[in-house]
Amino acid sequence: MRMAKITLSNLAHAYHPNPASEDDYALKQTSHVWEDGKAYALLGPSGCGKTTLLNIISGLITPSQGRVFFDDDDVTSIPTAQRNIAQVFQFPVVYDTMTVRENLAFALRNRGMDKAGISRRVDIIAVMLGLEETLDCKARALSADAKQKISLGRGLVREDVNAILFDEPLTVIDPAMKLELRIQLKSLHNELGHTMIYVTHDQTEALSFADEVVVMDKGRVLQTGTPEALFEAPAHTFVGHFIGSPGMNVLDVTVDGSRAYLDGNLIKLGHHYGTPAGKVQIGIRPEHISLNATNGLPAQILRVEDVGRHKIVRAQAMGQTLNLIASNQTTINTGMASLGFERGKISVFVDGWRFSPSHGQEGAM
Amino acid sequence: MEKTVNQRAWLLVLPVFLLVAFSAVIPLMTVVNYSVQDTFGNNKFFWAGLEWFSELLHSERLWSAFGRQIAFSAIILALEVPLGVFVALNMPKKGIWASVCLVLMALPLLIPWNVVGTIWQIFSRVDIGLLGHTLAAMGIDYNYTRDPLAAWTTLVVMDVWHWTSLIALLSYAGLQSIPQAYYQAAKIDQASRLDVFRFIELPKMQGVLMIAILIRFMDSFMIYTEPFVITGGGPGNSTTFLSIDLVKMALGQFDLGPAAAFSLMYFLVVMLVSWVFYTVMTNMEKADTFHG
Amino acid sequence: MLELIGVSKKIAGITQFHKTDLAFERGTMNVLLGATLAGKTSLMRLMAGLDKPTTGKVLWQGKDVTGVRVQKRNIAMVYQQFINYPAFSVYENIASPLRLQGKSKSEIDHAVRETAEMLKLTAQLDAKPLSLSGGQQQRCALARALVKGAGLVLLDEPLANLDYKLREELRAEIPKIFEASGSIFVYATTEAEEALLLGGNTATLWEGKITQFGPTHAVYRQPLNITTARIFSNPPLNTLPVTKAGACLQFAGDQQIPCLSPTPNGQYTLGFRSHHLQLKSNKEARLAFKCRVDICEITGADTLLHLRFGDQHWTSLLEGVHPYTQQEELNLYVDPSHFYLFDAQGDLCAQPRAA
Repeated sequence: MRMAKITLSNLAHAYHPNPASEDDYALKQTSHVWEDGKAYALLGPSGCGKTTLLNIISGLITPSQGRVFFDDDDVTSIPTAQRNIAQVFQFPVVYDTMTVRENLAFALRNRGMDKAGISRRVDIIAVMLGLEETLDCKARALSADAKQKISLGRGLVREDVNAILFDEPLTVIDPAMKLELRIQLKSLHNELGHTMIYVTHDQTEALSFADEVVVMDKGRVLQTGTPEALFEAPAHTFVGHFIGSPGMNVLDVTVDGSRAYLDGNLIKLGHHYGTPAGKVQIGIRPEHISLNATNGLPAQILRVEDVGRHKIVRAQAMGQTLNLIASNQTTINTGMASLGFERGKISVFVDGWRFSPSHGQEGAM
Repeated sequence: MEKTVNQRAWLLVLPVFLLVAFSAVIPLMTVVNYSVQDTFGNNKFFWAGLEWFSELLHSERLWSAFGRQIAFSAIILALEVPLGVFVALNMPKKGIWASVCLVLMALPLLIPWNVVGTIWQIFSRVDIGLLGHTLAAMGIDYNYTRDPLAAWTTLVVMDVWHWTSLIALLSYAGLQSIPQAYYQAAKIDQASRLDVFRFIELPKMQGVLMIAILIRFMDSFMIYTEPFVITGGGPGNSTTFLSIDLVKMALGQFDLGPAAAFSLMYFLVVMLVSWVFYTVMTNMEKADTFHG
Repeated sequence: MLELIGVSKKIAGITQFHKTDLAFERGTMNVLLGATLAGKTSLMRLMAGLDKPTTGKVLWQGKDVTGVRVQKRNIAMVYQQFINYPAFSVYENIASPLRLQGKSKSEIDHAVRETAEMLKLTAQLDAKPLSLSGGQQQRCALARALVKGAGLVLLDEPLANLDYKLREELRAEIPKIFEASGSIFVYATTEAEEALLLGGNTATLWEGKITQFGPTHAVYRQPLNITTARIFSNPPLNTLPVTKAGACLQFAGDQQIPCLSPTPNGQYTLGFRSHHLQLKSNKEARLAFKCRVDICEITGADTLLHLRFGDQHWTSLLEGVHPYTQQEELNLYVDPSHFYLFDAQGDLCAQPRAA
């Protein structure tokens, strides 16, 4: 099995020639190494540049600047067909007039694989995806779910691919089927060990699929990390907000050493931060706030939403809104409450970016 | 999606119903009436039964006109469809040139039939026509009023010039509806240009192409104006197509009975072929939408 | 009040919706929860008067409105697709239903600004819908539906086409908007969590039938049959076929648990939700299941384990990060007070004691 480490070096892309300002770039300058055999997700809202980045890797877009390497080979100007990658698109792309078998075999046939080899690979993939029953049906006669499975299969059928790229592959899938396909994909990754890059706006899909998630916004890569790292130590307020449901609460404060003040109310921090200048904020996950703390932050509870396994509490403190998660065994009344923040779980942000404590108790971002 | 059943809708359809009755059904009935009667003038008619039909079915004149008609439709379809698709494949997909191409392509379609006929009639004349004169000057023996082959060539070239645009435009519309992802997937699969055409473009154009072929078939099968203007059905009977023959019979010889029987059979043939097309097309769509 | 009495719908001999009685009170939020093609849209179209029912009547404030055209009834509808007038500004889009009602200029201006404020569109009032983000476009469509002051507002999966995060934001806002409007809201969704967040009442739908209708949290906690429990569980409901013999439920050959419910002996299905299958239980009354890990999905906040118990596929939703590897075997616990017991017909015979 031949696979490769993919290196992006000083990459940037603008769709219009002669970009004047940074805003003209759909993808702002970035460097990244995609390790061989790992599962990655590119996560961000619509228009954040994640599909642009994916298409640069697959070679469908030539970047305005920077180089793309597969192992040590510079492939920046090598066309898609020669890059040996597979891609699965948002909408099922199947060859309507071919049977499912022919669809799966197509890419192999074009690469001159022998008949026996093709039929062996096709059978393996068909069994993995549960397509063996329909192998001899015309692709056009199948449902959208089945067609997308064929697209997945066409991506997986080649053993020698450098990487398999997924561009929001579950968009057209019925919600009930989504979970099933998601697990299938994950177990396929465990089984086959291909490098996979998965583009999505859905945090659940991204976090549950990937070993490492790349969070993007407005053409910029904000953070790359494991789901746990993104959750525990977001590098930017956007990441804090985007990951988690509801996202991280971000509050405007002033910080002095290990104390933060929200309109004069003291919030104790877990570390020393000195006196940072600029726009200072603290971030705290809804999971890490408790109700009824002694000497906590006085807050008004506006609504309580019971979502089954826990309750989401919407509160307001000093004019800033807060969400917190409480066990569904507790009874919560609207009105005044005193909120306690779990000290060690508080993040400090300056001008949007994570700010490290001054004594180095906490690792760098 | 189903709509609310509303009986008042019938009221709104009624005017069209009456219009169709007056413009199509009633004239058709008079034709049916003529087709089963004979007359010796003085507006006196006699019952002739199916005599005209059987006479026509045994008439060599009709069969040879029918043969010429089939040949003409077949030739122009065989030329226009591949040519139209080829043009569509090579048209720019977006930008200013796409619009320019579209306008240029649409131009021939805007010219009335008899004007097209006249243009080509003059264009191909050996004495004053640009094409005819040039060919003659090059030493090619070309004269559509004398040589059946030249007459056919002129008519076929004219029809191809006039109508290839239609096929090209319809195919172009079909091509435009193919998402970019298909082409990208094909690149990744290392598909050849021919594969892309066979497995992506052709299947996606299938629907519009069927419509284009149907329209072109019906139109060419009923062609009248252009051969009438250019060749008048000649030389000899070599370009006397069904409709020209029909007009000769009905107006030239005033054989109302046979002409009426002729038109009915003509009508039935066109309908039959269209029905076959329609059935094939809807069946294809069913195969497409089955299972969603 | 909107009432459906014995309403059913057939199209070309195929039943789209089985005979149903349903009543929505004034000022209530009503969720239609079910998978794609469960009949949510068919039912909404009947309520709106876009389709005429094959049998039965639709009553609005006690008056029979069956077959009355949608244009003549004061109804607002929002679809999954973002439907706005592309040539109009957001202001004009929101104003359009009021102009049709012939309201005065100042009235319109007041209503438009108020609604735009509520939906956070004030800054976009002069923009054309297509220049906006998906979330803003759908807000605009929502504003147009709300400004009408319609007695019945139908929302057909309005958030399905939005990004995850935007969906979350609007999901939190819709209940507030609803409370301010005083209309009957009918909201179709495929997601259990959405129904829970919206609250109000929920009707669960399955293959053109309403399997249960009642206050959302009651339907969630006391599903009357296994179909409702399945529709209202995400991740999917864990089930286990059991045999009742005396005061015991037997399963997987030789294992058994005590069961005190006075149901007769026979075949039953045990059901419980994935967040009740936990690594440890602090209560005495707990049951251990030795499961094998298929897949472990970690989202940072939670871990979703896909498991196998015998030939059953189960899921367990755990708080925090628990990196288990494939094929690993581990004991998971359920407090029996979270068990639902369904009989062979799928009807509930014993329900959890605690919530």
